[in-house]
Parts: sequence; C-alpha cells; structure tokens
Amino acid sequence: MKSAGLAVTLDQAAFSYGGAPMLFDVRFEPGVITAIMGPSGSGKSTLLSLVAGFETPTAGRILIGDDDVTSTAPSARPVSMIFQENNLFAHLDAGANVGLGISPSLRLTDADRARIAEALSRTGLAGMETRLPGQLSGGERQRVSLARALVRDRPVLLLDEPFASLGPALRDEMIALLAEVQGERGMTVLFVTHQPEDARRAAARLVYVEDGRVGASGSSADMFGAAGPAAFHRYLGARPAK
Amino acid sequence: MAVRSDPTRPALGRPPSPRGGGSARVLPGLIPGLVALAFIALLIGGAFVGLLVEAARNPAGAVSAFDTYLLRIAGFTLWQAALSTVLSVAPAIVVARALSRHPRFPGRAALLRLFSLPLALPAVVAALGMLALYGRAGFLAPLLGWFAGGDWPGIYGLSGILAAHVFFNLPLASRLLLEALDAVPDDRWRLASQLGMGPRAAFNLVEWPAIRVALPGAAGLIFMLCVASFTVVLMLGGGPGATTLEVAIYQALRFDFDPARAVALTLAQLVLTVAVIAMLARIGADPAREPNIAVSRRRFVAASTGETAANAAIILLAALFVAGPLAATVAAGLGADLTRLAGEASVQRAAVTSLALAALSAALAVTLTLALVLARAALEAARRRGADRSWLEFASDTGAGFVLVVPPVVIGAGWFILLRTIADVFVLAPVMVVTVNAVMAMPFVLRAVRPAHDAASARYDRLAEQLGITGWNRFRLVDLPPLRRPLATGLAFAMALSLGDLGVIALYGSDAVQTLPYLLLQRMGSYRTQDAAGLALFLGLLCLGLMLLADRLGRRASR
Repeated sequence: MKSAGLAVTLDQAAFSYGGAPMLFDVRFEPGVITAIMGPSGSGKSTLLSLVAGFETPTAGRILIGDDDVTSTAPSARPVSMIFQENNLFAHLDAGANVGLGISPSLRLTDADRARIAEALSRTGLAGMETRLPGQLSGGERQRVSLARALVRDRPVLLLDEPFASLGPALRDEMIALLAEVQGERGMTVLFVTHQPEDARRAAARLVYVEDGRVGASGSSADMFGAAGPAAFHRYLGARPAK
Repeated sequence: MAVRSDPTRPALGRPPSPRGGGSARVLPGLIPGLVALAFIALLIGGAFVGLLVEAARNPAGAVSAFDTYLLRIAGFTLWQAALSTVLSVAPAIVVARALSRHPRFPGRAALLRLFSLPLALPAVVAALGMLALYGRAGFLAPLLGWFAGGDWPGIYGLSGILAAHVFFNLPLASRLLLEALDAVPDDRWRLASQLGMGPRAAFNLVEWPAIRVALPGAAGLIFMLCVASFTVVLMLGGGPGATTLEVAIYQALRFDFDPARAVALTLAQLVLTVAVIAMLARIGADPAREPNIAVSRRRFVAASTGETAANAAIILLAALFVAGPLAATVAAGLGADLTRLAGEASVQRAAVTSLALAALSAALAVTLTLALVLARAALEAARRRGADRSWLEFASDTGAGFVLVVPPVVIGAGWFILLRTIADVFVLAPVMVVTVNAVMAMPFVLRAVRPAHDAASARYDRLAEQLGITGWNRFRLVDLPPLRRPLATGLAFAMALSLGDLGVIALYGSDAVQTLPYLLLQRMGSYRTQDAAGLALFLGLLCLGLMLLADRLGRRASR
C-alpha cells in the first residue's frame, strides 16, 4: 500500500483574517518532506489550513496533484492532518481513534481492525488499542495520530508543529519515525516547525514564510547553507552553519 | 472571532465559494434547534394568543377589570418585592462582610452549603417550614407570644411573605456579595493590612467598593424573584390585602372564574416583569445567576477580639435564621404519621404522578437544551465563514434565558383561557406541567451543558471536519460523550425544579391529576397540617437529593 505523493500548489491564494492580507504562491514537491518555517504569526498555520480546507482563499486556487480542491470539503481532500494537540477524542480508545481514519461512523470490519493493529504496531504502540488518550504520554498520543494518518493513507500529510510539546529526546524519536514512514509510503509531507534541527534532520526542502507570503524556498541544504537567503538567516539568528 | 468575521473585508477576485463541508454541517445541526425554538415560541405565543383572544372577545370586561383592585394588587406586588429586597440585601452586606473577614473557621464550608439550601428547596416546602416555625401553632409561637405579650397571631399576610422571601434571598444575597468580596485581589488585602487599616477604613476603601459593584445585580435579581413569587404568597399571603398579581390571576381563574379579570391581571404582570427585566438588563444582572464561591481564601486581615465576637454573633444569627425553618420542616415532618401517609392511595398516586411528570419534564428540558446548544454551535461555525451573527443565533444563546421573564403562571393562565372553550383544561394538566416546567428549567440546564459542549467543540471541530465525521456520527461519537455528565446534572436539576413546582399545577390540578405539591396544598387547605408537614418532608428530601446529585455531577464534570 503506497500512496504516491501528490504535489501541493497554492496558486496566488489570498486570505485575510481581517488584518494584513496574505498571499501564497508556492508549489510543494511531491513525495518529499518540506519543512515550513517562519516567525509566529507569519501565516504558516494559515497556509496549512488553506491546504487542509479549514479556510477558503478569497482569491486564487489550491491544487493537489492536478485537481483544483479550492472548494472541496476538508474530509474530501486527499489530505491528513496532525495538529499540535487535541488530535484524539479523549473518550475513545486508541484503536477507535485510529479507526475513525477508516470509517467516520466507526463501523469496522475484522480486516479494518487488523489494519488498525498493524498501524499501531508500526508506530511503536503494538497492543495499545484499548488505552484511552488520558492513559498515554504526549509522545504516544502523537504516535496514535500518526497511526491514523497511516490507515487513512492520503497522498498528502500536513503536520502543524506536532512535536512542539515533546521533550528533545522524544522529538528526535518522532522525527526519525516520521522520516521512516515517509520513506515507506512516499507521501508528500508539509511540516510546520520552529526547530531548525527538525528541518535539517528530516526535510529535503524548506519553505520560509514571512509576513503572509513565502519569503524564500529551496532545498534544506541550500537554505541552511552559508549562501542561503538573508531573511531566513536573520530569522534563525546567529548560529554556526554545520 | 470578531476580527475573523469582519463582513467588510474586500472581496479579492471572486467571492468565497460555498463549500460542501460547511453547508452540509450547518443544516442537520440546525433543524432540532429550530424545532426547539418553535416549540418554545408556540408555548409562550399560545399563551399570549389566549390572552388576546379573550381580550378581543370581551374588550369591555378586560378594560373594566383595570380597576382600583388591580392597581392595589400591582402596588402590593411591587411593595412586598421592594421590602423583601431591602430586608434581604441590607443584612446580607453585614453577613457577607463577616464571612469575608473570617475566611477560615470550623464549619464555614458547611455554613456556605447551608446557605445554598433554601433555593434548592421547593417554595412550597420552605413556606410550610416558615409556618411550622413562626406560625400561630409553630414551634416558636410560645416564645414569640411571650415577647408580644399575648397570643402570637402567626405570620400571615405581609409579614409571612417577607419572612419567607428573606429566608430564600438573604442567603442568596450573602453568597453573591461574598463572591464579590472574594474577587477582591489578594494584593489589595495585603496592602490594607500592611497600611494598618482598621475595620472601618478597610470597609470604606476595600470592601464597600467591591460590594457596591455587586449590589445592583444582587438586588435586581432578588427583586425579580420576589415580583414573580407565587407559591410563598399563595400559602402565606391572605385576602386582598396581601395578594400579588400572580396569585390574583390564579384566584380569578380558579375561584371567581373571571377570565376578563385574569387577562387584565396577566397583562399587568407582564408589563411589570418586562419593566423589571429592562431594569435588570440595564444594571447587567443575570436571571439565571448562581454564585460561585471558593471554599476558603487566605487570611490577610486580623480582626480584633471585639470585631470577631460581633462577627461571630452575626454569622450565628444568620445561620439560625436559615437553619430554623429547615429544622422545623424536618421536626414537623417527623411528627406526622408517616407510615399512614405512605400507605394512602392518594399519596402514592400523587408521588407516582409527580415523579413521572418531573422525569418527562426533565427529559424535555434536556432535549430542548441539547437542540439549542447544537444549533448555536452550527450557527457559529457558519458565521466563522463570514456571515453576521443572526437573530437565530441570539435566540438559541442569550435569548433562551429570556423565557425566565415569562412567569409560569402567566403561560399557564394564557393557555387555560385559550383552551377552556374547546377542551377540558384539567385533562391537559400533565401536558402543561411537563412543558412549562421544561421550558423554565431549560436556561439552567443550558448553563450546565453549554460550557462543556463549547470546550469539546473547540477541541474537536477541526479534527471531526478533517476526518469527515458529520451529522449523526458526529453527534454520537463527538458531541454526546463529553456531555453525558453535564446532561445528567441538568436532568437532575430540571427534575427537582419540576417536582417542587406549584405554579402550573395550582391552575390545572384536579382530583384526576394531583402532584405532591398540589396534594400538600389541598391538605393544608383542609387543615390537615400534619399530613402537609409529612408530605413537605418527603418532597423536600426528594428535591434536595436531586439537587445534591446535580451539584456533585456538575462538580466532577468541571474538574
């Protein structure tokens, strides 16, 4: 089961919460992890919301692959999303939370249950189907979310600072897991993060967002390199390039 | 959200296209809410139609009913409410201040719980408790007679009404004002004690400013409760000298059978309530308000020995005043022949009727609330995408609280007048009791359910939208589970409210349909006071049990 990644394109997509207008014009390469970085309030999360369909652009188009999804409902887009928190329904156990990725009515066949068990064990949670989210650690909860993304099997995976509340060691583990899973499935991953290390370690490409637009983009190596864009380096601050 | 929903934002290029997800989610959530609003509108509107039809049928009668009798009764309604408010709020300032000066002493938490009991008790039980204590044959009659230097006449009429209203509202006002005092920032207390402020200076500079802010709201709320008080006036008032509009409506329909007068009285009551509500809205009081007091605060003030003694006396007096009628209810109830009472077929029938009607009413209240909560959420979700806040959203939100301004007796009277020509109104008793009490309980249930729903909704909206969980699946898997406990709270609360109600059943009760409060009233009317006391004990325990259950469930839910 391999959901080949699709390119994600924001074609002059305009949006505003009533303040300064945002305008995104960017193409995300298919089948790779792209990190999205930028200052708080620069529009990173809005960009993901536009792709996920929680917000509709006031002008322009959103394309996934060759399909215009600008007015498609969030659940009908070929997209899964993992938020920073509240990815799980607290009253449903881990198995059911993953199962919702297969059936929104939670009517599951035995084959579905086998897939859930498999996804949970892929994310290191074998046998934890009946645990409630409250009984899991923060890292384990995000693993459940990732397992759900695996059973949903959509070509695009959006991550909105999913590991921000985890400690450094746990975050490293999760980044490694994400990179492995992406390698197996080949989906397109858009990954909003504040941590340059995350981007360096896992992302092939990097998009820098500033003031509601894309300030710079390129391969991670180029972006972090000494010849990378000045604005991005100002955002990173004075840190030695490795 | 205000920023997001700016309707004036420029349309760039093309207008936002309606998305399948958005509109598909809005509609199913909205339909039950619309049905609920239509039901509430029908119940209240039908009562108004009844009044208008009667007024149109017999305009001369309705106009001539606006006579000096009506004016006198309207005057008495306002007069007793004003006196009750002053007599409740003025001592409450002293009590709340004493409690606030001593944030820690043994029994303080129990005392605050005691202060929350009167409002949890059905008015009919409390009124009987007042009579058992202060009545002509009450426990205190010998003592009071000795003070009065002769036979104690008992508290009937204005004095009885005032005593009962103060019994209900002094603890309420104390709790509201204590809440205001507790909200004074700790730093201000620290500063006061550091600057060496004495009790007088601390009162002028720290306590009074906090009390003054809370005073209009507390007084307004109590004034409204007293204007609309029915049961207390029915049981303790007497004759044309001590009758309020609501009781006069009841008398006009049940005894004089004078619909024209009932119409005039009801209109007068409505004008009065609308005026009071307008006043309340102006001073920002909330008709469904409940005080919320932290159990104990840190102590920064060291009161002198003299002040401590005075405060102890004040607190003890207030506690005795509140505990007295409660103890009298229990004592008088235990004095009744409870085994015989429990064996009586009429008592058993009334108990079963009461429980069944209360359960139905509570279920209806919870259903209405749930429908309104979901409708409001659906409307807000739709609004986020650029629409204005509609009157519909207002109606399912703040507007729902406004049903409290229409007294149950007025709704009952309107339908009574409307239906009397086409049906046997007494057959409709169960329907009226269930529906009116459900609508009256709804704002309180809404208060328990909505915060839980909105919190869950903020957490899960995007997740559900992303996973395509909509409609019935969303209700079943996402909305309902976090609401189980608040709904149970609402259910218990609504059931207690309906069980203790005497307003609607007083109009519609008959030998065929009797509830416990109605039976209690009947036994009192036929001077079987002991029976009434026994019934009051049973009813009081039942309602208190439900209220405690509601409170406990609510506490756990908010944890």
